[in-house]
Amino acid sequence: MEPAHDVHAMQDPLALRQRGGVEGTLQFITFTLDEAEYGVDIMSVREIKGWAATTTIPNAPAHVRGVINLRGVIVPIIDLRARFGMGTTSATATHVVIIVHSEGRTVGLLVDAVSDIITVTPDAIRQVPEMGLPADDHFLDGLVAFDERMVTIVALTQLVAIAPDTTRSALKPSSSAAFDAAAPQA
Amino acid sequence: MSRHPQADDLAQFKATYFAECAELLAAAEGHLADLEADRAEPDTLNAVFRAVHSIKGGAGAFGFTDLVRYSHQLEALLDALRDGRIAVSRDIVATLIRGLDCLNDLVAATREDAACDLPRLEGLLADFARLAAAPAPAIAAAQPSGAIAERALQTWTIRFAPGPELLKSANEPLLLIRALKRLGRLDVDVDLSRLPPLAELDPETCFMAWTFRLETDAPESDIRDVFEFVVDDCTLTVTPAKVRQAAAVADAPTEAVRRTPSEAASTIRVDTDKIDRLVNLVGELVITQAMLIEQGSFIPVEQFPALVQGLEDLSQHARELQESVMAIRAQPVKSVFMRMPRIVRDLGATLGKDVRLVMTGEMTEIDKTVIEQLADPLTHMIRNAVDHGIEAPAEREAAGKPREGTIHLSADQRGGRIVIEIADDGRGLDKDAIRAKAIERGLVDETLSLSDEEIYGLVFRPGFSTAKVVSEVSGRGVGMDVVRRNIQSLGGRIIVDSTKGSGSRFTLALPLTLAVLDGMVVSVGSETYVIPLTSIMESLRPARADIHRLVGRGDLLAIRGEYIPLLYTHRCFGVGGADSDPCTGIVVIVETETAGRMGLVVDELIGQQQVVIKSLETNFGPVDGVSGATILGNGRVALIIDVTRLAPLAETSSSTDRRGRTTAPSRHVN
Repeated sequence: MEPAHDVHAMQDPLALRQRGGVEGTLQFITFTLDEAEYGVDIMSVREIKGWAATTTIPNAPAHVRGVINLRGVIVPIIDLRARFGMGTTSATATHVVIIVHSEGRTVGLLVDAVSDIITVTPDAIRQVPEMGLPADDHFLDGLVAFDERMVTIVALTQLVAIAPDTTRSALKPSSSAAFDAAAPQA
Repeated sequence: MSRHPQADDLAQFKATYFAECAELLAAAEGHLADLEADRAEPDTLNAVFRAVHSIKGGAGAFGFTDLVRYSHQLEALLDALRDGRIAVSRDIVATLIRGLDCLNDLVAATREDAACDLPRLEGLLADFARLAAAPAPAIAAAQPSGAIAERALQTWTIRFAPGPELLKSANEPLLLIRALKRLGRLDVDVDLSRLPPLAELDPETCFMAWTFRLETDAPESDIRDVFEFVVDDCTLTVTPAKVRQAAAVADAPTEAVRRTPSEAASTIRVDTDKIDRLVNLVGELVITQAMLIEQGSFIPVEQFPALVQGLEDLSQHARELQESVMAIRAQPVKSVFMRMPRIVRDLGATLGKDVRLVMTGEMTEIDKTVIEQLADPLTHMIRNAVDHGIEAPAEREAAGKPREGTIHLSADQRGGRIVIEIADDGRGLDKDAIRAKAIERGLVDETLSLSDEEIYGLVFRPGFSTAKVVSEVSGRGVGMDVVRRNIQSLGGRIIVDSTKGSGSRFTLALPLTLAVLDGMVVSVGSETYVIPLTSIMESLRPARADIHRLVGRGDLLAIRGEYIPLLYTHRCFGVGGADSDPCTGIVVIVETETAGRMGLVVDELIGQQQVVIKSLETNFGPVDGVSGATILGNGRVALIIDVTRLAPLAETSSSTDRRGRTTAPSRHVN
């Protein structure tokens, strides 16, 4: 079955496929947000930590929870749930932060929990289907069917590019007003 | 361009050559400055000669013909000077300085593969030739006048230019040179200017000429004997140089002197990357050590006396280590100052002004990164001083001042800062003109009365210039605001002082190093911030009666007859749980470059400490009101407040206050 090549997709799964490497497989660390499962390229993951209190950055976008000290380096923590426009995470000690490195930056992604590591072949990655929503979903690189689970592959490039004035959340649900230029939550 | 491995090697050698040229030229400039200021030592002229000689040698190896030709002539002039065949005079020194400037430019042009200024080149070459030919009495100022030793070694300058036919009569110049060498110490210099391209070369014709310097106690006749068989086929001149006092002995100390200045303190070249890494690691060490100290405060001393003592010792060592490492990156400001005399010279000449630059404190050390960023601001301010500050000679005379204007550039370490001053004895800043210009530009309301400080501060606004005519040099008014921003980005300040008619003084206060900061740690609500100590004037807990509300603006603190605006930190940063009453919190009065004094309202002062500055921008980006971050002893990140940028934040936050954002209400009582 030939996957359709959508040349307008900002992240071409072909690129992912081309990174298949010698063995021709890709590995992703999967994590959950609510009930949905997501995956991030294992080559970009530096470490996985438990949630710890952050230092707030004043007047930062709502999805930037603050910064932490990671062995002497200041690393910002992004609330992935907020970044995807699905609310704010009430972080507790059981929440997990995945430290990733992409485009020369190190950031931490706040997620609910980490599941496991999956290994897939590049041709198992499908396009994210257009579902009538504006093509703002450049955070998503593709979909993988794995053991009857659907894992959404997350694209890091857009996630780590934090401009202080990106106050709009990534995916716009119908009621976006609540997330517009939100006041920083303590 | 082919990626030929040999071409790459050549490129690398060329790069090394140009780097060495830069060092040689800088050193030579310093020596000429000494000469000009009558500070010359016996070896000064020699040192300049050797520098030009080295540059010429390398240029010859790479085939830079213009450079060879020019440096050869300059070298010849220097040679004549150091031998005492020509007297050193102010005119000659001035020509040497101009000659070196031109050499500088020529090297740069050669490096960039650009065209050189031929008329200027030829002009100077003509000057050199004229001066070199002048039959002045052989009293060299740089030479120590001393007794002529009997049977002393004498230096001879021998010019040997074989005729084209010399080789055909089976004469070999090499043998002649060897014979000369047997007479004494010989310096050989070959003149290849007549050498044609290889294709046109006739191997049986001699195209070379030589200049020898021979130190020998043999009589002149012995020297001429060497050339006995070729005397008809060549041009030969043998001239004695002034007898050098204790010539034989002079060799050894000259060698020593030659070695020591450039390799004075046995230096080593290190990649800046390695130093940066070292600085970072030491920074980490200091943070870890601070954390240990904090944890150590919980340890009962009686039970673990050695441990507590050890932690204290560690603290001490870490501090010393940090200071030493910071000192590695420190370099004398001389490298930046060195370029200024030339700028003053060139600009003075262009504008027809007589200006003298006096520099002091060039050996003051400052962090390398700061030095690099100092060059532009300093250059601009020096140019301003020459252009706007110093008056034309006639105007100065009319004002009863000496025709020659003086600019004093100094560097000094005071307290924890490096203070650089640029002072001139020119016409000073005209407060009225500045104020008028500002009103005209709409920068200032004409009913407002401004303090002197505020008026001088106006010259730092973008596009501000009271120059009546925008000259090519300056006056476009794009300079001073950039200068101030540059200085501020280094964590420094500019202070202006001036007296109309007498002159101006610009003072730059810079931190010793960029990586470390003395800060006051404060708490605001649930957050901790660091305020740079250098910005803090004082802190206090004000009385209720001293807080006044200004309609439409905000709260003011009355202190010693002045009213200082209060800035609520928790509002600027949107921090919850803060104490918004300055009378139960602390007001930290800070000095900003642009907004004057402000009082920051915080909850409490936690303590003063030296913090290592960490970048927020690497992984995040710039944040308004925050200049960086640091890691406290408890491992938590604290943001470092940028007081200058804080004021605008307060305005936006107080306006959004009216839109009903959730911030703590103020509980002021008038």
